[in-house]
Amino acid sequence: MAKRYSNATYRLIRRLKAAGLYAAVALVLVYILFPYYWAIVTSTKSAQAIYGFSLLPSLDFSNYAQLFTNRVFMGALVNSIAVAFASTLIALVIGVLAAYGFGRLHFSAGRYLLIAVLMISVLPQVAVLSGMFEVIGWLRLYNSSGALVVSYLILTLPFTTWILTSFIRDLPVELEEAALIDGCSRLRILTHVLLPLMWPAIASTGLLAFILSWNEFLFALTFILTDENRTVPVAIGLLTGSSRYEVPYGLVMAASVTVTLPLLVLVLIFQRKIVAGLTTGAVKG
Amino acid sequence: MTPTDHAQRLQTRTAWLFVAPLLVILFAVAIWPLARTIFFAFTDAYLDDPANYGFVGFSNFVTVWEDTIFWRAVSNTLIFTVVSVAIETVLGLAIALLLHRAFFGRGLVRAAILVPWAMPMVVSTRIWDWMLNDQFGLINRILIDLGIIAKGIAWTADPTLLLGVVIFIDVWVTTPFMVLLILAGLQLIPEDLYEAAEISGVPPWKCFWSITLPLVAPAIGVAMLFRTLDALRMFDLSYVLAANNTNTMTMSIYARDQLISFQDLGVGSAASTWVFLIIGFIAILLVGLLRLDRSQH
Amino acid sequence: MASVTLKNVSKHFGIYDVIQNVDLDIADGEFMVFVGPSGCGKSTLLRLIAGLVPVSSGDVLIGGEKVTDVPASKRGISFVFQSYALYPHMNVSRNISFALETARIGKAEIAKRVDAIAKMLKIGHLLERRPRQLSGGQRQRVAIGRALVADPEVFLFDEPLSNLDADLRTEMRFEIAKLHANIKTTVIYVTHDQTEAMTLADRIVVLNHGRIEQTGTPRELYDRPSSRFVASFLGSPKMNFAPVSMAGGRLAGPGGFSYAPVLAAAAAPSEIGLRPEALALSRASAGGAIEGIFERMEDLGHEYLCYVRVGDGLIWTIRGNDTPPDFLPGSTVHILWRPQSLYLFDKEGARLDHGSMKSAAEGAA
Repeated sequence: MAKRYSNATYRLIRRLKAAGLYAAVALVLVYILFPYYWAIVTSTKSAQAIYGFSLLPSLDFSNYAQLFTNRVFMGALVNSIAVAFASTLIALVIGVLAAYGFGRLHFSAGRYLLIAVLMISVLPQVAVLSGMFEVIGWLRLYNSSGALVVSYLILTLPFTTWILTSFIRDLPVELEEAALIDGCSRLRILTHVLLPLMWPAIASTGLLAFILSWNEFLFALTFILTDENRTVPVAIGLLTGSSRYEVPYGLVMAASVTVTLPLLVLVLIFQRKIVAGLTTGAVKG
Repeated sequence: MTPTDHAQRLQTRTAWLFVAPLLVILFAVAIWPLARTIFFAFTDAYLDDPANYGFVGFSNFVTVWEDTIFWRAVSNTLIFTVVSVAIETVLGLAIALLLHRAFFGRGLVRAAILVPWAMPMVVSTRIWDWMLNDQFGLINRILIDLGIIAKGIAWTADPTLLLGVVIFIDVWVTTPFMVLLILAGLQLIPEDLYEAAEISGVPPWKCFWSITLPLVAPAIGVAMLFRTLDALRMFDLSYVLAANNTNTMTMSIYARDQLISFQDLGVGSAASTWVFLIIGFIAILLVGLLRLDRSQH
Repeated sequence: MASVTLKNVSKHFGIYDVIQNVDLDIADGEFMVFVGPSGCGKSTLLRLIAGLVPVSSGDVLIGGEKVTDVPASKRGISFVFQSYALYPHMNVSRNISFALETARIGKAEIAKRVDAIAKMLKIGHLLERRPRQLSGGQRQRVAIGRALVADPEVFLFDEPLSNLDADLRTEMRFEIAKLHANIKTTVIYVTHDQTEAMTLADRIVVLNHGRIEQTGTPRELYDRPSSRFVASFLGSPKMNFAPVSMAGGRLAGPGGFSYAPVLAAAAAPSEIGLRPEALALSRASAGGAIEGIFERMEDLGHEYLCYVRVGDGLIWTIRGNDTPPDFLPGSTVHILWRPQSLYLFDKEGARLDHGSMKSAAEGAA
């Protein structure tokens, strides 16, 4: 037998390995979460305290007060919510319909169309910028939230379609077969048989699409010119003082925290579904 | 159950109906604008008066080709892509292996790991911008306290460091995404393979090299593909950090710049088309490589 | 010396006690079978011996040496998994020799060993194939081959035949028995199938909820089960049971069962057991026979099974291999039995000795 050390030594090795493992995990958590924590800390410091380095939040909410009385920022919040909501809603409705077509109904062109949809999702946004200018102008949506709702579809639609298609494929076929024998129309099957089962998937896909729209920067920067129509990412991106050295970091951090906290809470609640959605799409791809 | 011809035709027609809204909208917001962009690339139109244009053949494309700044942007983008995807893959694999082994807290870490991904890139950039501030940034403070440097480094002002900073921030934001994808691949490997190897006395490094790596390679491949295509399109990070600074300018920033700053619809579209072609070419290359790899197995 | 000893081994996962105070001695070269219903802890016990799972308390000894904390790779054991655990991306040859790649043995030597094993298990023609191209039985052999090449001192099998078809199971049972005769290593074999246990084992350990119910040879367990659990677990069709009450030294049970056993002083039987093959059916009543209603007869060709309703809701099985009887369903029949075949159990399930059962030499009639 090849036993080399005593039982006690092996016990020790086992415990050291476990300790090392969890120390490493702790390290990873610090690396990932500390910057966000630091943003929260910074946002609660007064303008003077920022230049100190204490690691604890000092519970001075003046930055937030300033933020919530800033009309541009509050307006940006409203704009972002409205745009993301609208774009997500449209993407979900159309995505579910398309997902049923791709996922359940078998037609020869389906596979190629799905690949085409995937290819659209990897298109660089600049490639459609010029043409998009034309479309937006033609629809007279320039410098309005409508421009964003329309242009964001290029991001959200392929995404929702792809993920919902994989989800629909995983649903048991027997349910539909039973409904078909009963004489249901396809649309009715979708709305009455499949949708009730898909609510969790639709909710988490919707959340992901919402996050995609919320975080979008290029189109929001390019198609919106005036402050009252801006969305949050651009508002934060352009938040500067009069010179490089006068950036109101406290305010910027407060804005960052405000903008992300609700997102984070939602993400943490739905994290299992979100991870499933993200990885299903990739693994099956 | 093989449907009859009639049933199949009915199903096909219904399928088209369901898919039609998607196709119409995608055509309107993606295919058409793309086609128009390519169209405008051959014109001398300007953004303030797009209806007035004449055809100039390939001269816009040549203008972009001859612009050193364009090539600077391309090289920035390629360097950024290669380095950050490489780091993210290795780091992502390492962290995924860690999480795979650790039983407790795995759910917590998986949730925590979504934090950087859920935030707008803008926010992440500004947070790190603040942490890397030369006078008041935490990073410099820690380095000074550890005695590694004497004075704060102006990370975001020094042109030689800028691209490195961009890569660093992108790694922080995107590694978690790689971790999730690779972890999903790791979880597909049956646990008893490792038990069998353990009992046979196979050392851990060989388990990793000969069992884990070959079996998780497909997941890594897919993750790398998506990340690469994303990295080639990067815009937000560089723009928020340094706007039009040529040290960090990416292809997308360059193209947009031509369009917006110079209002040049023709040249801007040509630049956009070049970007599209470059990314398309690389995409086809990578997919081909992946397919080749898969067919070997 | 590759005996295996367990000293007061316990294992709990959180608040669940999966294994409780198990003491066991397995001799060198013995074929020991762990058997029991699902969830009884037999696989866990095997993994504790293998070192895949650490014990919560107690000690594991292999070859007389304490290996309680020693990692699995250093215990000198081999393990055959229920799902075979073959490396899907390697061919059969590499699957078998994989562990040797880091063992500093030359390629020629490795090839020689693989060929020897392949010949013994008759898989030489499959060496270049991948696991997904193999049938269940072939994969099983490859898994055994991989375990063999390590030249272990103890061979562990975790329900190796559960995933195979019935015919294949019989064939592989024979192969495994032959293998043991060949290599003479200590084997610990886990199964939920009592046929495998009865046919392969030198000795059987019956487990129930993490505790050992009884240890012994198949014959010992079959003829002299220590508890109702063991009595009902071994034997197919199962033993027939009926509740009885004791009054004035006489047992009374359903169907007019009446018997006065010779018992030890404090013994209080509450249940009787009779194996199906120890019973016979007759139309006429005979002294002490149990009366019942004939329900159904199943003719299996080489034997027949009769089902008789005794008392409320109790269905007894009678097995025979002479001419199948032709009773009408619903007619009254009488079940004949002999005292030597009678088992008595108290209300905790422990078996009670009685006069006619004391001699260990007399088996079931």
